[in-house]
Formats: sequence, structure tokens, C-alpha cells
Amino acid sequence: MKADVYADGAATRLEGPLLFLKRTINVGLNEAVEVEDSSGRVRLGRVSAIDDDTLTIEVLEATAGLGLNDTRVRFLGEPLTFAVGPQMLGRVFDGVGRVIDEGPPVAAVKALRIDGLSINPAVRERPTDFIETGISTIDIMNSLVRGQKLPIFSGAGLPHDQLAIQIARQARLRHSDKQTTEQDAFAMVFVAIGVPYDAAENFRTAMEASGALEHTLLFLNLASDSSTQRLLCPRYALTAAEYLAFEEHKHVLVIMTDMTNYCEALREVSASHGEVPSRKGFPGYMYSDLATLYERAGSIKGVAGSLTQLPILTMPSDDITHPIPDLTGYITEGQIVLDRELDRADIYPPVKVLPCLSRLMKDGTGEGFTHKDHPDLANQLYAAYARAVHVRVLASVVGREGLTENDRLFLDFGDAFEKQFIHQQGGRTLEAGMEVGWQLLRMLPATELYRLNDQQIEDYISQDEETGETT
Amino acid sequence: MADSVQHDAVINWISGPVLRATATTPLHMNEAVKVGQRALLGEVIRIDGDQAVIQVYEDTTGLKPGDPVSATGAPLSVKLGPGLLGNIFDGLLRPLNEQGRYVRPGISQNHNSKQYAFSPLIKQGDLATRGTLFGSVHRDDARLQRCMSPPNCDGRVVSIKPAGEYSDEETLCILDCGDDQVRELSMSHFWPVRQPRPVLRRLPIKGPLFTGQRILDSMFPIGCGSRAAMPGGFGTGKTVLQETLAKWCDADVIIYVGCGERGNEMASVLHDFPSLLDPRTGRPLMERTVIIANTSNMPVAAREASIYTAVTVGEYYRDMGLRVALMADSTSRWAEALREISGRLGELPGEGGYPAYLSSRQADFYERAAHVHSLSGNVGSLTIIGAVSPPSADFSEPVTTHTKRYVHCFWGLDASRAQARFYPAIHPLQSYSQDVEALSHFWSQNGHPNWARQRQRFLALLEDQARLERMARIIGKDALPPRQQHVLLCAELINEAFLRQSAFSETDRYCSAERQIAMMQIITRFIKLSENAIELGITLEAISALAVMRRLMRMGEEIGEDDLDKFDQLRAELDHSFTRLTRSEAEGHES
Repeated sequence: MKADVYADGAATRLEGPLLFLKRTINVGLNEAVEVEDSSGRVRLGRVSAIDDDTLTIEVLEATAGLGLNDTRVRFLGEPLTFAVGPQMLGRVFDGVGRVIDEGPPVAAVKALRIDGLSINPAVRERPTDFIETGISTIDIMNSLVRGQKLPIFSGAGLPHDQLAIQIARQARLRHSDKQTTEQDAFAMVFVAIGVPYDAAENFRTAMEASGALEHTLLFLNLASDSSTQRLLCPRYALTAAEYLAFEEHKHVLVIMTDMTNYCEALREVSASHGEVPSRKGFPGYMYSDLATLYERAGSIKGVAGSLTQLPILTMPSDDITHPIPDLTGYITEGQIVLDRELDRADIYPPVKVLPCLSRLMKDGTGEGFTHKDHPDLANQLYAAYARAVHVRVLASVVGREGLTENDRLFLDFGDAFEKQFIHQQGGRTLEAGMEVGWQLLRMLPATELYRLNDQQIEDYISQDEETGETT
Repeated sequence: MADSVQHDAVINWISGPVLRATATTPLHMNEAVKVGQRALLGEVIRIDGDQAVIQVYEDTTGLKPGDPVSATGAPLSVKLGPGLLGNIFDGLLRPLNEQGRYVRPGISQNHNSKQYAFSPLIKQGDLATRGTLFGSVHRDDARLQRCMSPPNCDGRVVSIKPAGEYSDEETLCILDCGDDQVRELSMSHFWPVRQPRPVLRRLPIKGPLFTGQRILDSMFPIGCGSRAAMPGGFGTGKTVLQETLAKWCDADVIIYVGCGERGNEMASVLHDFPSLLDPRTGRPLMERTVIIANTSNMPVAAREASIYTAVTVGEYYRDMGLRVALMADSTSRWAEALREISGRLGELPGEGGYPAYLSSRQADFYERAAHVHSLSGNVGSLTIIGAVSPPSADFSEPVTTHTKRYVHCFWGLDASRAQARFYPAIHPLQSYSQDVEALSHFWSQNGHPNWARQRQRFLALLEDQARLERMARIIGKDALPPRQQHVLLCAELINEAFLRQSAFSETDRYCSAERQIAMMQIITRFIKLSENAIELGITLEAISALAVMRRLMRMGEEIGEDDLDKFDQLRAELDHSFTRLTRSEAEGHES
């Protein structure tokens, strides 16, 4: 099927990552090319625009060293594909899917288009399998389910990598009978997008230490690699992840860090195309472009295996309204937000609970999934903590003395919640986390707990009056 | 092979979903075209000499200059027929159920061979004017539907098929339109999506679209044939609210458009709707629903068209004399699709990078909502409820501000309410409804003549609360006089007991008019009783310590649709509590 077509010396202009050619032959949009310079070095590229007399090639590696006269372009006659196979597990790839761990090449069973195809919404399975991450702020208040895409909104210098590694190590299904059979069907794809070498290395060693490296694929696009390649790195990785999930029937967790670098690269490449910029210079199609990545999470009816995404992005100057977190939040199914103030107060993980959300939580929690009182507890904790934060604002002006008696109780609850519930050392099971939650709610008068029913009040809140719990 | 493809134009330039072609035969504006060997669907959006600009509704990967474009001779149209209800379609009304695991380019509109039970409503010799309902179609798994003659054909019935099973494209009725013109009618017909379907006349808003949501029906109601917008940042609950409305509102037909939204949400709708029952008819909700899904990773041009497709389907059911509600989630994604295509065309950008024609396109869309006398003589309505996703939750951005100009109801969603898990997170002080006056008679007819006054009272209390909260920030809540603290308590009760309504609670997800009235009355009663008690010198602490407070706060959860008489008990308990309180206060004074 592959047609080997060459264009020699047809190049007319070089500008940043773009190479312009005279259109001497007929090629299709988005088809892959190889650009060869005088020394015989081959660079990957793709056709990004076509008109009557010009072809625009996006070169996926540095264009340094390319010239107009001695550049040879080979047209592959098909879009960029990735050769995937079951032996990919445990291997390390670069941003365009080439093995870089000095091992033998991967035996491919299939070549898949890296852009993927949209999953038909009518065949998607509704995600309901609760994943216990061992982080109470996630498990209890913003539960993660298989097939979900739940990003971590972080800031520079916050411990998001540490959190992601912890989740990757601790994540397990709740039902132990399922777990044993499915443990080997578990895989992890770590995608480093424009991150420094040591961040990627940290992840690798952590996985190695936990013995999960043979279930892990690493895709490394380091900070020093080209920005066009940065746009492709998550696509190669997700293609591999989709293959593992839907063909090899594994439960794949994809950790992508850092999506901010991806968006910056998108802006850079868009600008070099001369496109009309939208908000903050980012291209107007950034929403659609991000969606083509995030929407590749999910599970399919009748197919074992699922693709769960945990993208990490650092909010520029901690601004959640910046286009990158904003558009991401509109696509993903919730978000986990990290907070600098909590981090400074030495609370780990510094999860800022109020703006966090998991949209799929309702389908994977409660009776038959986790615990029948779980949703109400989460709801009540949210209501109480929101009130505590509100009261804290009041108290910062009028002082503790200007508050009513009840408000003072909420103020104390807020502090205790942060120190005992949000803060945790190591993993904490769902049950242990729920127990901490009930205990904290006992600090508050039962009459204020409107989100709990009488039975729950009796079971969890009032019982301790005998054991001498002071309120 | 290439010879079989008709050549009307040849591609010479491609950029993403937009291409330019040199026409060999004249093309027309908004004409549907087939592009390339795979016959991808496209539409002509600009003509300049022999150069036509075409937007393609599918992935353009692999298209080459020199590939052929063939004209279809008709504007972009969709097939309206009995197979729509209960199914899921893409933005161009192509059935997704019949697709495989992935949505691939080049799929065609449905030619299903399914048979539907037809029975004629007119006979040979009858005059069938435009829009005449000439037969009815019965499906076991959907509500009763009618067959309509298209709005552009008049004539006398030459023949009509007897009752029986037919496919949706079989000729059932032949009309003699005079001048030797003959029209053949089948169950389905095509209609161009960008052209509003004609009506006899438009009617003023009369009845409500009852949603079963207290904060809407009782505070910011929407009329049948009206239009509403719900803007909100991410995570404020737009989608859940849209789904809730699609589930519980009392429309006959629901069109649910997922425009540039999440695939998993569509899966959840597809999972929930067949198992939920319509509270009025007791039939599965799916039977009255058409889902149009163009998720965010599906082609962007089809996202632009999906809104028009949906509104055309809505008008089709409206013309049968039904009450139709269209939920569009989200119109901002549609506006962004316009922006993206406009950018590719190199058009001069307006505010926020959107094309200058954004507001007129929005007006076109919202204007198609109406309460009408249809051509068939029936009264029908199409209500549009559009979600808006303003970037950074900033309501001053162009899509929100333009939308505000065209809608009657504005339901602003508030992030801080959502963060406290207070849903629906509609902010009562940022929202409005212009249909209130037209709908107050609905409440009087349901035995609640004081509705307008009580609603006003609630809003005033909420307004006062906001003002007092600001004041309390400076002087401290403790320093507020009892009467003002009383306002805060009442406002909290209104918020917590009345406006909050969990979409996931089996008891409270739907609230009938009777229950809304009972709750409103009992809260009004509490306000009055507590006001009197404060006058008598009873402290606010004593009131908020009453056991009945918890019952009031939780009445939405605790008193379901089936035991409305419990409200009488609750009221007795309330009266009793206050009597006791005032009595003990009086005794305290005496002793």
C-alpha cells in the first residue's frame, strides 16, 4: 500500500518547524513524510496544509541543518501510524514512538493511526468501577472510576508528581475477587511531555521500586525535544494505551505530565502557521484539539479493558481561569486541584477540596459499589467544609469573637478537617477515611447536619455521647 | 472507479475541515456536496467566481487537491421520520447505533428497512394541504407519531395505502398537485436544516414547561415555546441540570443534543433513560427522546450543524402538535466551531475571536423556539434550553452576553454554590425569568393564588440575606439585631429546604406542583410564625434549636410524592412548636 514517492530539491522555504515545498505531486492531508538532509539524517514530518502550488510540511524534529537544495522528502502515502504489539510493556519510547531503551525493537502486530478514531458514543460503556487510590480526598470526596479522565490541576513546585506516583502505586479495585484475576491485566502508560529529565527518571525508578515496571510503558518527550514532537507524544502514547486496553483487554492508567507544555507547544506551532490567535495567544481550536486527547479515555460495551487518564497540568501563575485549565476542565470529568497554601502548611496531599469534582462519582459510589452512606458523607463533608471556609473569611475580619457559637464550631471543624482528613501519611483505605470523616462531623451539632438522614445521625454521630466524645 | 464519481468541482486547497474547490458546474450556497472518493459530506459556505469554499463534516485526512467534489443539488437536509424517537444520532442525524466501535468517515444517512405500523387518517379524494397529518405510525417502543405531508406540498389524495406495515421510505399516499404534478408521500421526508419550518401563526407564551425542579418552576419558570440559557463555569452542574430537565420536564418529546461534550456523559444518558419512567405516562423516558451526539472529539463542522439538525427535528415534532423541549449542551461549543471555521477562512475576527455574525446566528437559533399553530392546525411548541460554557466563568464574554439578548429565562450557575455541593447551583440573585407573569395563572389554577407574592417574598429575603452577609463581614454576625438574624435564618431555610434539590435522590429528583406548593406554603408559614415569635422577644437561638427545624430543612428528602399528607402533619408540628415556645416564654415572664 505504501507508495515511495520522493521530492528532491522542491523545498522553497523553511520557517521554524515548517518546511514549504512546491507541489509537484499529489499527496493527501496529514500524510506522513520523512525529511532527509544532506548527511542522510531522517526526520519525521507530516503534511499540514495543501494548496494549488505549495505543500506545508510540519517537521517533527529540530529543523537545524536542513537546507533548501539538498533536502529530500519521502512521502509515505498514509497518515502517521504507530506499530504496536503486546511486547511493548516495560519499554521506553521517545515522543514519536521509537524505542530508546537500547533494547531490541518491538515486534509489531498492528500499525494504528496515531490520531485514533472517535469512539462511537453509542457503544461506550458507562464507567462504574470504583478505583481505590488510597487518597481520601479522592476516594471519598471525588471518587475515580475506570474509564474516567480526571486531571490534576497543580502549580509549579507542588508535589503533583509525587501524588501521581502514589496513585499509580496504590490504585486498586475494591472487590478482592476481581482484583486477583485482573491484577495481571493492569498496565500503566506514563507520558512525559516536555518535562525535565529528572522528573521522568523519578517516575521510572519509583515504578521499578514497586515492581510495576514490567506493566509500564514510558513515553519521554523531554524539555529539550522539539515542540512539534511534543504535540505527537501523547498521541503515540494513547495509541499504545488504546491498543492495550481494547485489543489486549488490559485496564490501562495513563498519566500525562505536563499538559501545560503540550498547550504551549500547540500555541507555538499555531503561531508559526500564522493562524489567528484566540485567548492568550492560544489557537481557537485548542478545545477541540485537547478533546481529541482526553476523549480517548473510556471503556467500550462488551470489551474487557478500559482506559483511564490522569493528566497533570501546572496552572500558569496558579490561575485556574487560564485557558489551559479552563478548557481542560470543560472536557474532563472533574478535576483535582492542588493548593499552595495547604502545601505551605505542610499538608500532604495539598488537595484544595472545594473546587475539586468528579463527575462520574455518582455512578461508582454508594450501595453496591462502595458503601451505602458514602455519597451522603461526602456531601455533608462538602457542605460543612464550605461553611467552615465561609466562616473563616468572616473571622478574618471580625475575629473569632464576632462569630456565633455554631460558626465557631465550624471554624474548628475546618482546621481539623485539613489536618486530619486532607492530610494523610501513606495510603488510607476507604473505610479508614470514612471513619475519619464521621469522627470530624461529630465536632458539629447534629442539628446542623442537614445532608444526613436520621439513621445516619444515629449510627455515626450521636453514638459517641456515651463514649465521652465532647462536642 | 473515479469515473463513477460525478465531477462538479475539483479540490485545490485544504486546511483542516475547510477546503476550496474550482467548480466546473455552478454550485449553490449551502448546497450539500460529496467530497472525494469516500463521498464525505460537505456544504458550500462561500462562492467566489468559480471558487467554492466547502466545509466538510468529517475527518479530511487523506483528501488531496485534484479530488472530485460532486453536488447533490439540494441544501443540507436531514430525514425526518418515525425512526428518530428512542435513538441516538450524530450531528447530521446519521444513526450511531448502526455504527461499529468507532465513528468512521463516510457513513451515510439511514436507509433502514425497518417496518412501521401505519394507519391512514385521510381517504382518497380528500384535500391534503401542506403539513396535513395523513396517517399515524405506531411503534411499540415509542410514543404515537403522525405522518405529515411536507410543508411545501398541496394536493388532492389520489390514493392512500391501507393500514399495514411499511418501511419509512415506501410511498403511502399519492397527491395530485394540479398541472399534472404528482407528489408521492412516505412516512419520512427530507427538510433542509438551516431553514425554519413554516407555521400558520405564532402564539404568545401560555402554559409552563413544568420541570419538576423547585428553583425553576417556583422561582424562575419557563413557558412552553420559550427559551432559556444556563451559563456556568465548568463543574457548576450544567450537564446534570440539562439531563434532569430532559428526564423530568413534562414535554411530549425531548431532543437532547450533546454538542462538543463528553462521550461518557452520552453513555450515561443512554444507560439511564431507558430505565427511568416518565412520571406522567409511566413509559420509559427513552421512548420520547431523540439524542444527537456530537462529542468533542468528533468533527468540528458537524458540531456546527448539529444544533440546526436538532432544532429541525424539534420543529418536526412541534408540527405534529406536540410539546417539544430541546436541550442543547453546550451552545458555546457550537459558537467555538463557528469561530474555528471562520478562522480557517481567514475572516476578520470580532470580539473574543468570534466571527462578527455570531450574534445573528444565535438569534436565528433561539428564534426557532416558539409556541405555534402548526400548518396542520394543531397547537405545538418548541422550547429551547441552551447551556453556555463561558471561559473562566466570566458572564461578560460574547457568547453569554449575546445569548442574554435572545432568551426569556436566564439561569446563572454559581461556582461557590456548586463547591458546597449545593445543587442545582442556580444563583437566585443572578437569574431571571420573563415568563413569570404569563405563568402565574398556572399556579392559581393549581390552587395557589398567592404564588407570585410568595415568590417575591422569597426573592426579597434572599436579596436581604446577601446584603446582611456583607454587613456581617464588617461588624460580625453576633452584632446583628435579632430581626436581621431572623432574615438570615429564613433565607437559609429557603436555600436549604426549598432551592436545593438533589438530582440523584429518588425521592426529591422530581417535585410535583402540589408538593412545591405545600413546601412553599409551609416555609411562608414558618417565616410568619417566627417573625411573630421574635416580636414577642423569643431568641433566635430558641427558634433554631426547635426540633422541627431539622424536619423543615429535610422535608424535600423526607416527604415524597406519595405522602403529601405528611405536610399537614409537619404543619401541625410547626404550629405546635411555636405555640409551646410562646407559651413558655409568656410563663417565663410571669414567674
